[in-house]
Amino acid sequence: MINLRDKGAELWEGANRVQRTAFALVAIFAALCLPYAGNFSLTNFLNTPISSYEAVLVYPVGMYILMALGLNIVVGKSGLLDLGYVAFFAIGAYTAAILGTHTHLNTWEILPIGMGFAMLAGVLLGLPTLRLRGDYLAIVTLGFGEIVRILAINTPSIGGPNGIAGVPQPPTVLGQAFDITHPDHFFWLVVIMILAVIWMVRRLSIRRPGRAWEAIRQDEDVALLMGVPILRYKIWSFSIGAAVGGAAGVIFASEQMFVAPQSFNYNVSVLILSCVVFGGMGNIWGVVLGASILSYLPERIRFISNAREFVFGLALVVMMNIRPEGLLPRKKREHLSDEERAALKTTRSALNASKKASKKAEKEASK
Amino acid sequence: MNFSVVGSQFFPLLINGLALGFIYVLVSVGYTMVYGVLRLINFANSEIFMLGTFATAIVSTSVFKFNQNSQPSHGMKLFIVLLCCLLASMATSGVVAVFVELIAYRRLRTKGANRLGSLISAIGTSITLSEGVRILTHSIPVASPRVLSKFYVFKIHGVGLRIDQLLTIASGLLLFIAVDRFVTKTRMGKAIRAVSMSEENSKLMGINLNRVISLTFLIGGLVTGAAAFMYMTVYEQTVFNVGFNIGLAAFTAAVLGGIGNLRGAFYGGLALGLAEEYFSALLGSQWKEITVFVVLVLVLLVKPNGLFGEAVQQTRV
Repeated sequence: MINLRDKGAELWEGANRVQRTAFALVAIFAALCLPYAGNFSLTNFLNTPISSYEAVLVYPVGMYILMALGLNIVVGKSGLLDLGYVAFFAIGAYTAAILGTHTHLNTWEILPIGMGFAMLAGVLLGLPTLRLRGDYLAIVTLGFGEIVRILAINTPSIGGPNGIAGVPQPPTVLGQAFDITHPDHFFWLVVIMILAVIWMVRRLSIRRPGRAWEAIRQDEDVALLMGVPILRYKIWSFSIGAAVGGAAGVIFASEQMFVAPQSFNYNVSVLILSCVVFGGMGNIWGVVLGASILSYLPERIRFISNAREFVFGLALVVMMNIRPEGLLPRKKREHLSDEERAALKTTRSALNASKKASKKAEKEASK
Repeated sequence: MNFSVVGSQFFPLLINGLALGFIYVLVSVGYTMVYGVLRLINFANSEIFMLGTFATAIVSTSVFKFNQNSQPSHGMKLFIVLLCCLLASMATSGVVAVFVELIAYRRLRTKGANRLGSLISAIGTSITLSEGVRILTHSIPVASPRVLSKFYVFKIHGVGLRIDQLLTIASGLLLFIAVDRFVTKTRMGKAIRAVSMSEENSKLMGINLNRVISLTFLIGGLVTGAAAFMYMTVYEQTVFNVGFNIGLAAFTAAVLGGIGNLRGAFYGGLALGLAEEYFSALLGSQWKEITVFVVLVLVLLVKPNGLFGEAVQQTRV
């Protein structure tokens, strides 16, 4: 199978600055135009039956891309399995709901506060638990996700199981109103947030934190021996991921104008994790693609409404078996010089030749 | 906080907790054995459990024609009915477990994919199975008719042990001992332990890896199926997502005891069953899950490898 990831990277690296800027601008413009794609005969196959296409683009598609990018920092970049990511989403959403209904702060002012609370939760959860490894961390984060949800259900002052209604919507920006009749404006907002996160992740991953995460992901013990302050970088990864989830939560609450505990169950965490792994862990574009497909597909196939989750599960199994590394896996080798690449090529062809020869010999021997 | 409840209800809670605990023990054996061998959280185990409960319900209603109005049976017939239900449940779960491994995990494993790939495949399998059953049953809970009349075996000062609880505790204990014996004493058990220590080396020693892994899934499935049968005799109702909470609790139990460690699953399951009963009496049942996870976090803080340590002390990447 062709490696789309490497092909794309090759083209990108071969392009000059102007070409890159042009491509990025076209891609961003295309993304911003997506809400109108449902109106043209050429692209109206994108329309979702039953639910409104523009609204679907905001939630689940945009939100899931945002959250998947946040979780990718934790799972893909630093290799920490987090099964309770929805908790940070919930914290962001509840912060927006509580502050929005009880104070005069508007959504833009609440956004950093929600991110801050989510980060704080990330640090508080991370400090004791990030010393644990692998699947212990998975189960503890899973528990944390459930704890946040059950706390929300069992606290009458924040609405208990009924949640909070009447969350204010964001105030108008540059003449663009944010209300229920303008899902496209919400979508643009989410796209801008997604771009900001992508920019941040790309910056971080080539700097010290990114290299530290990569080291931790590949081998924690070795990273420790090389002097990487493991716990500190793990907590950074955790809390940055949490902040992205919190930001998604704030926007989610003010877009839906309503939060309730059942929006934050364990299935959401699993779905976001699926987006990350399905698309290709650690690779931003893979994650974006995976999240787009997994969030959009169930809405698109609503006509088989009863069986759509079933098909979704089946699709996960089949896809993982065909492409275990995800749709667009992370790039394997980086920073190879031309000579190294040539050397690699000759070694590989020699290896293949010897493999073929040994197979032939085996066949003859069996005859 | 209501401590007096715990004082006055100490023994009934103990018995309920033990019965629940043994169900957890058996389900977490399914998790811990697969984890020990493959380092994989078998998310589909909760659905394997769920299918077992449905097998029990179907056998008692379709084969033995029990319905909601029929009288509980006794004597030889009771024994035969229970045995058939148990066998059907175990067989269903065992077979499904083996097939799940064949279809969803084997290809990924032979390809040498990363562990999260298998995890997502496991999650996909779990969604597929539970959604399949949801569609077939139209999300309606299926009640199992009462086969075993729930009399008290003995009663002292109002504290009694019901027959279904006794059955659960006794057969849970027996089954666990059987699995433990199998893994520690027999040749195949030795192979399982070898694979869980090192896949590569056991391959070099001539162990048929695929067979051992299938066997592990089979044993895990059989034991989970037995747990499903016990769950049905005690709670008498099942629904397509019944496995979710049980599976979560059982996996927590396995981690509590030290995942990959069979005896750890035993103590972890019992501890969790008892903790759930006492905490829900103390704080109200809505806080049950939270206290369980808090206990888990506290235990892991003091003993990062679980109460009894992992079977293999190795870094999990």
